[in-house]
Amino acid sequence: MTEAQTGSTVAIRLSAVRYQYAGARRWALDGVDLAVAPGEVVGIVGPNDAGKSTVCLVAAGLAPLITGGRLEGDVWLVGGPTSALPPHEAALRCGILFQDPQAQLSGTSATVWEEIAFGPRNIGLPREEIGVRVERSLELLRIAPLAPRDPNRLSGGQAQLVALASVLALGPRALVLDEPTSQLDPEGTRLVGEAIRRIVADTGAGVLVVEHKTGLLEAICDRVIVLSAGQSVAGGTADEVLADPGLVTVGVDQPPGVRLRRAIAGAELPPTVVDRVDQAILAEIAR
Amino acid sequence: MTARIQVEGVGFTYPGGVQALDGVTLTVEPGERLAIVGQNGSGKSTLVRHLNGLLRPSVGRVLVDGHDIRDRHVAELARTVGLAFQDPDRQIFAGRVRPEVAFGPRNLGRRGPELDRAIDDALAATGLEGEAGTNPYDLGYSRRKLLALASILAMATPVVVLDEPTTGQDARGVERIRAIVAGLAADGRTVIAISHDMRFAAESFDRIVVMRDGRIVLDGTPADVFAEGAWPTLASTFLEPPLAARIGARLGLGSTPTDAALVRAVGRSPGPP
Repeated sequence: MTEAQTGSTVAIRLSAVRYQYAGARRWALDGVDLAVAPGEVVGIVGPNDAGKSTVCLVAAGLAPLITGGRLEGDVWLVGGPTSALPPHEAALRCGILFQDPQAQLSGTSATVWEEIAFGPRNIGLPREEIGVRVERSLELLRIAPLAPRDPNRLSGGQAQLVALASVLALGPRALVLDEPTSQLDPEGTRLVGEAIRRIVADTGAGVLVVEHKTGLLEAICDRVIVLSAGQSVAGGTADEVLADPGLVTVGVDQPPGVRLRRAIAGAELPPTVVDRVDQAILAEIAR
Repeated sequence: MTARIQVEGVGFTYPGGVQALDGVTLTVEPGERLAIVGQNGSGKSTLVRHLNGLLRPSVGRVLVDGHDIRDRHVAELARTVGLAFQDPDRQIFAGRVRPEVAFGPRNLGRRGPELDRAIDDALAATGLEGEAGTNPYDLGYSRRKLLALASILAMATPVVVLDEPTTGQDARGVERIRAIVAGLAADGRTVIAISHDMRFAAESFDRIVVMRDGRIVLDGTPADVFAEGAWPTLASTFLEPPLAARIGARLGLGSTPTDAALVRAVGRSPGPP
């Protein structure tokens, strides 16, 4: 078998995946194909109930392992099929982050430093190694000043960065982020977006991120996959997919720049004027 | 059935000493559509909880329809001000969608066909008409959020307050909420919404209040609040004007807070030199 077939060069790969929750009549996923290479950020967009969160659970090896139900097709996580992984091994290979940062705090740590050390301590790493990992996560996410703070008294954006740092401290080769900014204000959203790019550049992990904010995906993703009714229906470079008018028909908003250029193009203005506005939009987005 | 809301010099400090509001003064006229924006922790949710008596000011006062609400009970204020929480699960308690929506209007004394109509209208507006018998927790988060909104709509209060209504909604869900806001305004009801979505604030509301550290730092029309002169204040609380406003400024077209406003301004402009 070639490397691509064994999946050793992918962080996450789903091939012809179908998944049915325990007791459900319909397939929540009904034909999903996607691959995330190491060092790559892949976005998933789709309307509500398209199966985005289910893809996250399957990709991270939590479904059907923890959730039960029935899985068909192949799921590979960092070089091996998830079906062969014991739960703790899946958790080490792939970190997962959910919408609500507060829900992910252990609730037992007095400081952010202790919170980030919680995972590494649980997997029995030596004390020195724990310290190294906590410091590295703090530094990578630029949150070292938060180290002595009470994790329960952080802003939404700060709390999500701490949750992300806690996941990072386990040294995952793959990350699955399920709407990581949906509870955050614009500043928190920007911080998390920048953190994702830094993580990929620094650790080479592959990242799969579900988001409604297509403007954020435009800024951080290499590729984007469109999910509709449990199926991956389109995929390509972030620019291609997010500029496709077909996105709107499946119920996904285009990024602000794409939308605005379309509004200008549809306004029956002289071509020179359209061109001037287009240039301004491109310059503003590149800023 | 309208009610003016007056917030006069309100300060609020949570038990434990965190000061969440610091001298907030705000009058909301009947029928206004007001968006409140600002960072997490700037006091937005604390402020709206004062409007239906869930929280009482540490200093200052809140008047609804000209009356200080100090001595009015939350249940009584619920006839005037409906508040949909940011987290629908703090609001939902019934085992089926229809009884959940019926609870509020029934408490206000509605019965029979009038009650049925209030429920049906609220379910239709939120797209839940086919889910009357569903257990709320069999709905996804975004639809539970619409259910919480339906429960408030069914009470037909003159003032409707929405705490981050678009969070977790996809494009169609946001469209639905925009239609609900427009419908409430068309009925002459007041809509006050907290949002992090500057486009939603600029397009669906006629007034925007920007909060920072428990104070109001900007208050005006979307064109006022997103005008270039206000950008430093927005930046001081890490907010950015919508893209259309930035393009309008770049092209010297004045304040264009929405895509539509920019298209109009471009159409009027004399063109490139």
